[in-house]
Amino acid sequence: MRNQEVVQLINGKGLRVDGRGLNELRPIKMEVGILDKADGSAYIEHGKNKILAAVYGPREAHPKHIALADRAVVRCRYHMAPFSVEERKSPAPSRRELELSKVIRESLEPAIMSEYFPRATIDIFIEVLQADAGTRCAGITAASLALADAGIPMRELVAGCAAGKIEGKVVLDLSDIEDKKGEADLPVAFMPKSNVISLLQMDGSLSEEEFRQALDMSTDACRKIYEMQREALRQKYHVAKEETEEKEEIGEVEA
Amino acid sequence: MTLHTERKQLVGPGELLAEGPYFAGENTYREGGKIFASRVGLADVIGNKLIVVPIKGAYIPRIDDIVIGRITDITMSSWQVDICAPYPALLPMSETPIHRGREGGRRDLSEIYSVGDLVLAQVIAFDRTRDPLLTTKGRGLGKVNSGRVARISPAKIPRIIGKKGSMITMLKKETGTDIVPGQNGVILATGRNPDQERIAVEALYMIEREAHTTGLTDRVKMFIQERMKGRNVA
Amino acid sequence: MSTTHQLSPVAKLEQKTVVDLILKGKRMDERSPLDHRPMTIMLGIIEKANGSAQVYLGKTKVLAGVKIEIGTPFPDTPGEGILTVNSEFVPLASPTFEAGPPDENSIELARVVDRGIRESKALDLKKLCIDPGKKVFMVFVDVYVLDHDGNLIDAAAMAALGALVDAKMRAFKVENGEVKYKDEIIPLPMLNYPVPITSAKIDGSIVLDPCLEEEQVMSCRLTVTTDKNDQICAMQKGGLGYLTPDEVKQIVATSIAKSRGLRETILSKVK
Repeated sequence: MRNQEVVQLINGKGLRVDGRGLNELRPIKMEVGILDKADGSAYIEHGKNKILAAVYGPREAHPKHIALADRAVVRCRYHMAPFSVEERKSPAPSRRELELSKVIRESLEPAIMSEYFPRATIDIFIEVLQADAGTRCAGITAASLALADAGIPMRELVAGCAAGKIEGKVVLDLSDIEDKKGEADLPVAFMPKSNVISLLQMDGSLSEEEFRQALDMSTDACRKIYEMQREALRQKYHVAKEETEEKEEIGEVEA
Repeated sequence: MTLHTERKQLVGPGELLAEGPYFAGENTYREGGKIFASRVGLADVIGNKLIVVPIKGAYIPRIDDIVIGRITDITMSSWQVDICAPYPALLPMSETPIHRGREGGRRDLSEIYSVGDLVLAQVIAFDRTRDPLLTTKGRGLGKVNSGRVARISPAKIPRIIGKKGSMITMLKKETGTDIVPGQNGVILATGRNPDQERIAVEALYMIEREAHTTGLTDRVKMFIQERMKGRNVA
Repeated sequence: MSTTHQLSPVAKLEQKTVVDLILKGKRMDERSPLDHRPMTIMLGIIEKANGSAQVYLGKTKVLAGVKIEIGTPFPDTPGEGILTVNSEFVPLASPTFEAGPPDENSIELARVVDRGIRESKALDLKKLCIDPGKKVFMVFVDVYVLDHDGNLIDAAAMAALGALVDAKMRAFKVENGEVKYKDEIIPLPMLNYPVPITSAKIDGSIVLDPCLEEEQVMSCRLTVTTDKNDQICAMQKGGLGYLTPDEVKQIVATSIAKSRGLRETILSKVK
């Protein structure tokens, strides 16, 4: 049963339901390389979102006929666990999951240097374990880390963050209740070094000026998230200088 | 002409390494007048070429690599071999030392290597348009009949070998096994008894896990010595 | 799973022809970058449907049909009717369409068209309630792509809007939770008229209403749907390329301006 009580999304002090200011990100935690079998993996907690991303590849193309002659095929699956949302969601892929799988693949594939692996595949799996709005953006953030963790060459990392409008005000990083009761949702994926947007969707109602504000808010937030991604990689791969000297010589194998 | 990275600095995809007349080496790329890293790894400068030594990654075959693979299929005149690469390898009959029967007729391929066999082979050809080609005509190459196998990340193989072979020499001496590392991350340890082989494999996985730490060679040596004592396998 | 699409059926030389023209500010069919192809909309061509519209956008042809039925409302919106938008990429429309369940492109199109109509509140779902919590009218919009020569999203959304504007139902009143039909024929309760404008980025240039050949060489596309009050109600970037924030803002401004003319065209058909 839906809660009929009227919720004030922004209180008298300009604070949101979870105490955030209009331009404030939810708390974010990232960890790289947490799965054993996947070639690359990452886990992200973004607000109450809990999302796992894993990458297998480059690996042999199965079935063979999907392979491309000049670069790797990139496959992406965005999927939500049945227990990830308030009302149990059927495990079968929904139309929404199919659409998101597509737009997420389109946001990551351009960053992958897939021309290095002709006739192979690179598979990206995003599993939403707990959802609280902004899952595709957080999924992209985690998937970028998983790709880097797998050692797949990329032009740069991709960071994702949504903005929106609630009670007439443009705000950053909607939570679930804000997405459900708000007036607009604008998910964005951004590559800060190249200053380009690779995912952009919107639903709701925004004037042109509100849209510009929301876009700037989300790209700025993506820059912050990008720094967190870099830090997460550094944490995982902190390497002592001494050890690296041993890597210099590739010894001959005695057959 | 500016270098933005130090030697051995940990870098990730999209990080700026240098600006100006440098060359973009392995795992870097050039855009505009700048050179960026494309993989997570340690940046290095060799002359005026920038490279990144990757921490992790799939095995991409190179010509002359020694690899250990598993036979997965047999056709009229070749075997398909899984060498843990994104591409299945091909071992043609003509690239094995014995392919004629006693009377000079053709042998059944499965008599030489059958599905599931492990072989030590060398890569003789590989490019963007075709799967890697192997040979087992070479000293020491061919079917692997005994020993234990460890499978680690190919990027860690240089660590297993060590500077001037220091690590692998120590491993062989301390465990009393012969250790053959394939460039594809598959390593064969052959000893006089299974316990020696098992300890060698444990040591190999330890090296993979702790590759990024200092003093590893000594710690692994101590680890092996402890385990060897415990098992009375001198 | 979403998979990289197969190789383009177009040779590099043919792709180059398109790109070179655009760099000179021209296009394959002599259009200017911000021009749409000639568009025709015909309403009411399928009599058995409650409403229908056929849109020709250049050589692209899309047919949309509206069927109205009675059903149960969703539990969280007991006083509202239901809108469902579906799309079929039937095999006869293109050598690249295969028979079977909708693929990701078909699903994306249906959902983008749906968002435009739903978010702009084009259809007044509250007026489609019969017995709150028990019975409501369900409006099915089925979009049929008949000939694919590019920019299916715009053609489909216009056909969907046209079909809704064309749709007729019998006037009704509610007595004891049952529908009693009157003789009068009324249109669906429409409050808004969302219009999408799709732009394609080709080698740094932006062109509107890409034809198929342009879609085959474009790096990406951005669809911006605006309503009658110049409010943006839906956006969707598609394709593997990127857009800078400035390019996005420029496309949005152009789209808002262009959508006004298209809205007039559709509405003029109704009168």
